[in-house]
Amino acid sequence: MDGSIAILDTPAELTALEKCLLNEYQRGFPLCSSPFQALAEQQGVTEDVVIETLTSLQQRGLISRVGPVFAPRRAGASTLAALSVPENRMQGVADFVSSFSEVNHNYEREHSYNLWFVVTAADEEHVQQVLDAIQDSTGLPLLNLPLERSFYIDLGFPLWC
Amino acid sequence: MTGNPPDFDMTQQAGQLLDAIDRQIIVATQAGLPLVAAPYDALAAQLGLEVEDVLARVAAMQQRGVIRRIAAVPNHYALGYTENGMSVWNVSDARISELGQQVGALEYVSHCYQRPRHLPLWSYNLFAMVHGRSREDVETKVIAIAKLLGEHCRGHEVLYSKRILKKTGLRIKG
Repeated sequence: MDGSIAILDTPAELTALEKCLLNEYQRGFPLCSSPFQALAEQQGVTEDVVIETLTSLQQRGLISRVGPVFAPRRAGASTLAALSVPENRMQGVADFVSSFSEVNHNYEREHSYNLWFVVTAADEEHVQQVLDAIQDSTGLPLLNLPLERSFYIDLGFPLWC
Repeated sequence: MTGNPPDFDMTQQAGQLLDAIDRQIIVATQAGLPLVAAPYDALAAQLGLEVEDVLARVAAMQQRGVIRRIAAVPNHYALGYTENGMSVWNVSDARISELGQQVGALEYVSHCYQRPRHLPLWSYNLFAMVHGRSREDVETKVIAIAKLLGEHCRGHEVLYSKRILKKTGLRIKG
């Protein structure tokens, strides 16, 4: 999906209702049989307008979906790892890392540690096997930075303030 | 569902937390609810359940923390939040618990984690993902975090993303 999304020049292209729907329902979307009606009453518009507006936002790629946001896995194991990849090897190493099904995020970043990826598997042993395979095949030293504690409070974040 | 291998498999976590019907609800909603007047009724019909049962189960999963929130989920990138900076901080071990919570509570920080140092190569133990509309926007927010951490931080860096090479969304095995 990345890259296929039309990027807005400015958020000013959005209507007041669109901004409202985007900003105010990053949590607390009503859990009831007619949630769009509930939302319409909160916003002082009709249910049809709410549904049309959300459909349009979704079609334009501005909301990815309306629905539950699930917590990350609590069982299994995962880690964040980083490699320091020489520039001329970046594409090959990046493709190799991405080829693992256990790697679900892989970013190139501006730093001497320039390749950052998340490895997720059923247990720590499996995670370690993937890290070893990447380190052995690339011959590059690897930083293994497993999560020790989360301070993450996922409430969404204000888009306009 | 696609044929991709799941990177999120609730069968292990599930045991006590989720039964087969909960998992069906998760699979059916993870790509979003249908945008129709009675979306949970549509979901119930699809799964052969009563809508009251679906609503009760979603509420129960939210209470147990399996569902974090119910949302119209914005696509931050499409909305112009194109810069994301992974800020990394060397925070005093004695204070990281308290300060990490304060940083995690900032509204522009989307993820905030404590991770191990690897001395001498890597001295940063606090990671905070900062989103902004521009690099200047991210930098302003990073300065605010630096101010908050004050003397309890002995250095920081911001690693800007250059390319997203792979990003697989949450996919739960059905």
